[in-house]
Amino acid sequence: MSEGSRGVVVRAEGVAQRFGSRTIFHEVSFTVAEKEVFVILGGSGCGKSTLMKQLIGLLAPSSGSIEVLGHDMVRDKASVLPHIGVMFQSGALFGSMTLIENVMLPLEIYTRLRPPARESVARTKLGLVGLGAAAGLLPAEISGGMAKRAGIARALALDPPLLFLDEPGAGLDPITSAGLDALILDLRDALGVTFVVVTHELSSIMAIADRCIMLDREAQGLIAEGRPERLKAESTNPIVHAFFHREVL
Amino acid sequence: MGWLCSNSRGPDNVAYSKHDHERFPTLRRAAITCQAARMSDASAVHASRTELRPGEIASVVHADRGGSFALVFAGRLDAAGVAGLWTETLKAASGAKERALLFDLSGVAVCDTAGATLLVAAEKAHGGRATLEGASETMAALIARVRTALEEPPQGKSASGAVRLFPLLLSGFAAAANGIAFLGEAVVAIILAPRRLRMLRPVDILGAADQAGVRAMPLIILLGFLIGLILAFQSAIPLRSFGAVIFVANLVAIGLFRELGPLLAAVILSGRTASAFAAEIGTMKVNEEVDALATMGLDPMTMLVLPRLLAAVLVMPMLTIGLELAGLAGMTVVLNLFGYPVSAVVAQVQGAATIGDFVGGLVKALCFAAVVAAIGCSRGLSTGRGPRAVGISTTAAVVGGIVATILLDGLFALIFYRLGI
Repeated sequence: MSEGSRGVVVRAEGVAQRFGSRTIFHEVSFTVAEKEVFVILGGSGCGKSTLMKQLIGLLAPSSGSIEVLGHDMVRDKASVLPHIGVMFQSGALFGSMTLIENVMLPLEIYTRLRPPARESVARTKLGLVGLGAAAGLLPAEISGGMAKRAGIARALALDPPLLFLDEPGAGLDPITSAGLDALILDLRDALGVTFVVVTHELSSIMAIADRCIMLDREAQGLIAEGRPERLKAESTNPIVHAFFHREVL
Repeated sequence: MGWLCSNSRGPDNVAYSKHDHERFPTLRRAAITCQAARMSDASAVHASRTELRPGEIASVVHADRGGSFALVFAGRLDAAGVAGLWTETLKAASGAKERALLFDLSGVAVCDTAGATLLVAAEKAHGGRATLEGASETMAALIARVRTALEEPPQGKSASGAVRLFPLLLSGFAAAANGIAFLGEAVVAIILAPRRLRMLRPVDILGAADQAGVRAMPLIILLGFLIGLILAFQSAIPLRSFGAVIFVANLVAIGLFRELGPLLAAVILSGRTASAFAAEIGTMKVNEEVDALATMGLDPMTMLVLPRLLAAVLVMPMLTIGLELAGLAGMTVVLNLFGYPVSAVVAQVQGAATIGDFVGGLVKALCFAAVVAAIGCSRGLSTGRGPRAVGISTTAAVVGGIVATILLDGLFALIFYRLGI
């Protein structure tokens, strides 16, 4: 990480995404600090997932720049990818592998750990997310909440300093969702992991977010940035106010 | 004190994987210093270096500390660092079971979950919890978390003795039972079909017929033409020695009408259509669409299986006739090359093949179609969970369809022989 970006793990500068003549968002700029839980929020269709795809290198921004862990995500993606973890909305576990095999895969590719050591490390990751007992199960044999936790365990396999989570609470009951929120905070505190979370679950946002940005479809970009409690209490933007107070516009 | 991990190759002879280089660019310039120099009190025997950054080499040595067996770690205890320490550390820990275990972590620069896992694995190998010395608060907390994480016993998939001994037998029985159940449900669905005509939508039947019939016709014609051509050519060469080339028409026509036409059409139906039926219905099963139909009071057998069965049975005679005609055309081309005009070939075919051969073949084809389509649908409906299950069902549909076709063909040969057809 360069001297100038010390403490900043993600830096987005004037990022835009256009598909043909359709602009999803433009001029989106923000930074994410180390050991922060940073939430990208907004209503459906505002471009949260598109922004996430840009941050994890699946989509090159139409304009602007994204720097992750001090590297440009367009030019230098390959050197960043082993140092970040991503949990997709469904967990995206490989269906033909058991949970422990899913977690062992990155260890097999990126480290020289021998199979017994890989298995021990993978078992630790599953234990950290409370799935130690389910290590031998296939993704088809577990619930949605377990799949998401297993997705986090796989994302944690290489102890990355930065984890991206796409809609971790979507489709889960409130108790499981709250459990995931607690897990995120726990991992942040215990392992010092920085989290970038895409969600529109208000309760999750209030529970985990240190800071957040809000995108809006009409504005085609960023409409708010700050601590969620502050935005809820002080924002004068009607969309932000409606979002945090669950009001109809 | 002694070094636990050996490194007989020099500092510049450390084997790093390609991925290490990709993950840790600093590796390339790592002028690795000997860890022993940092541990002047250690009576080093041999050293190990697995780590990547200067001054952060992962290493472990053992020492006596007031009667305890101390493992003195240094450097970066992360996934890359612990890879070379793992076996030796566990061996050392398990070899000192009679003494208390102590981890000296004062020289550890970084410890992540992989490092903590090594320490906990060493504790397990030793058989007792170790005392931590020189560990930062964060490091101690991480080790405690990993201890907790590894406490949960793995959930074994304990198979009973019978399951272990007879898995094939059991799966065979299960498949047979599923087949019988499917047959029963299909029969019930056919009987009740007149009362459920609104569920039997013509658009579904026509769609399946289009998929199984119209779209398969080019392949059928190509295959039939080539089979007729090859069969005629291969037969004509030996028959030419006897001046009996014209009898190639008898051989090919009877072969196609009685055997090859229905059989090859059924094989194509299995590979092309039964697999599509299994994949389609299997995906619906995985996506809970079949359950949705059932909860709406719509019978999946009537809605999903009967249209496909009907379509397959309807198109199969066309596919068979198409293949047979294409085969005869291929044969005619070869006989033309041998000097026989088309009229002579047609007359020979008319004299050789009877209407019984033709109809018998069509009857076989109809039965093959019903069985192949039923197997495709049945495999689709018995699809398990997960994306892999659809692939398994598709494969099972193709294999099952081909095997069933061949078995049925043998049965028909026996019946036709008995009936004198």
